[in-house]
Amino acid sequence: MEMRDLFTRPIRATRGLRRMTMEPSRALSRRDLFALIGASAGGAAMYQAMTSLGFAAESPYRGPIKLEGDPKGASVVILGAGLAGMTAAIELGRAGYKVQILEYNSRAGGRNWSLRGGDDYTELGGATQHCAFDEGLYLNPGPWRIPYHHHALLNYCRRFGVTLEPFIQLNHNAYLHGAKAFGGKPQRIREVKADFEGGIAELLAKATRQGALDEAVSREDKEILLVALRVHGGLDEDFRYKAGDESAEFRGYARDPGGGLGAEPVNGEPIGMHDILTSRLWRGLQSFLSYDFQTTMFQPVGGMGRIGEAFARQLPNAIRYGAKVTGIRQDEHGVAVAFEDINRGGAVEEVKADWCVCALPLTILSQLPLNVSAPMKAAIDAVPYSSSVKIGLQFRRRFWEEDEHIFGGISYTDLPIRQISYPSTGYNSGGKGVLLGAYVWNGPNAYELTAMSPDERIKLALEYGAQIHPQYRAEFETGVSVAWHRVPFILGCAGDWTEATRAEHYDNLCQIDRRIVLAGEHASYIPAWQEGAILSALDAIARLHKRVLAA
Amino acid sequence: MRANLSAALLCAAVLSCGSVLAQDPSPAPPSLSQGRGFDEQGGAALYANVCAACHQADAKGAVGAAAYPALAENGNLASPDYVMSAIFQGIGAMPPVGRMMSDAQAADVINYVRTHFGNRYDDAVSAADVTAARAQFGSGR
Repeated sequence: MEMRDLFTRPIRATRGLRRMTMEPSRALSRRDLFALIGASAGGAAMYQAMTSLGFAAESPYRGPIKLEGDPKGASVVILGAGLAGMTAAIELGRAGYKVQILEYNSRAGGRNWSLRGGDDYTELGGATQHCAFDEGLYLNPGPWRIPYHHHALLNYCRRFGVTLEPFIQLNHNAYLHGAKAFGGKPQRIREVKADFEGGIAELLAKATRQGALDEAVSREDKEILLVALRVHGGLDEDFRYKAGDESAEFRGYARDPGGGLGAEPVNGEPIGMHDILTSRLWRGLQSFLSYDFQTTMFQPVGGMGRIGEAFARQLPNAIRYGAKVTGIRQDEHGVAVAFEDINRGGAVEEVKADWCVCALPLTILSQLPLNVSAPMKAAIDAVPYSSSVKIGLQFRRRFWEEDEHIFGGISYTDLPIRQISYPSTGYNSGGKGVLLGAYVWNGPNAYELTAMSPDERIKLALEYGAQIHPQYRAEFETGVSVAWHRVPFILGCAGDWTEATRAEHYDNLCQIDRRIVLAGEHASYIPAWQEGAILSALDAIARLHKRVLAA
Repeated sequence: MRANLSAALLCAAVLSCGSVLAQDPSPAPPSLSQGRGFDEQGGAALYANVCAACHQADAKGAVGAAAYPALAENGNLASPDYVMSAIFQGIGAMPPVGRMMSDAQAADVINYVRTHFGNRYDDAVSAADVTAARAQFGSGR
């Protein structure tokens, strides 16, 4: 479900570096160049350079799974009707298994979920919010964007008829904002990006021309590098980044070119390197450079929840809703799952099957009686879940478009709301819109916002958001918030692995334990993303199927 | 910025008094920390802004597909080590939130929950106890 906060991403940065160090040393001078770019421009620029050369890995999905061979009527009980559980059910069903899913909620999808006008949502603690959004407007509390390289998810969307549209991750006209940067005035991403890269290019050109890189690049490469820096960075013929036609090509104009008399454009003065560095606004650029967020990204038309709905349509009569699993027991003959029927006052029932694919979140599974090996139990207990809060705000006017010419995309801020995302649909149509008014991932603010009442969360989202968009005060209509640690069906957001916990527990978590195998984003190397859930399920059932045929 | 923040917190505090009074006679006001660690000082403020996210303002816990146990009248709290292991290592659906607190903050909030909500455990933990526990539990899970 991807929920990233650019200001708290040390693990992913490490992963990027590891990718680099694992790359065979086929181009030493190029790696030196990366290191230099990294030293002068920061990890984001280095990562951009690396990914542009294809160093980052893609989803290993290679097309629809083929489970060949007759399972001879074997049965599988699947726990959880999120994307992992439903993927397993759909594919095992097609391969000839008898499948049944137990789902706690009264809907399928799990974290794949859209809150729409008319929906009621009751969080742990008992607060109920009545979502009062207008027709067609929604908040995706969980996953909200799909990278182009999440091949499995995209393939299922194609097969199940889920219509996609572009999700705008990078909008050059959205803002980067720091409470203490530039007097609290939001800066256009376009200008920060162009001026940061232009400033870096100028510095690197200077170092290159002074001979500082002579040991790292050949004389021939040096000439090409200088040309590249000038063209790429918007430098003038003297390798300076300053107000002029070259920089305006990237950063835009103080006054745009027009028509008729007095139409000549006016170039703007770039932000100086010192001001960009000390403002820390450059940190926001990483969210547009890293592999997970590169264009093209997608969203389903009508809300992310359309995907879960489409999966569920493939499983008529296979999902038992309102089933709260209370215990899982296996022996040499099969698996018995005890559950309470929430719709019948918690009446206890039991499902028996030959095998079990358990796609329950670890926050739930770690609290259930379950007889698995000690190493798997230790793994189940080892992974805390990240904390996250999203707040959706409906405004009576799309002021971000009408007043500020921001069509989709995300503004990043160091305020507790962290970001404001503008709807990637319905552009330029007038009327109302719903902004993602806060998206907080881990760290103190996620817990503090979770501890507040829904009204308090919205009050704060409005107060902070108005520092970036003063129109908030006049145009706000209604809002809804989801704090993931208070979501009754999961009690957390997503598996929060560290390198240490992965090394100790990940393989143990993914092993088939006699008749039980786990699936979900927590059993993947793409945690918090839907792709991880699907790939985990496909891998689990492929191994399970092999075991069934061998039995 | 500073003025706006104060206004926001005041707003939130007023709201909080309106909506939470019925459940808890003395809730600490909501707050938002500035950095990667919790800024709240004192057991009451830490409880209200961190622990209450899951265990709830009245410490009675919450039940969904699984549960956040009630801390009110909770016999497990008799053991300071149990509580310290929970906040530094995490347990069940609980993340290791103590890693975002100083030793003094962790001691304060541990002592607070062990002496409130019907709990009467007077063997207070010190910041030094917490330092040792953090070393023992902090890197696990």
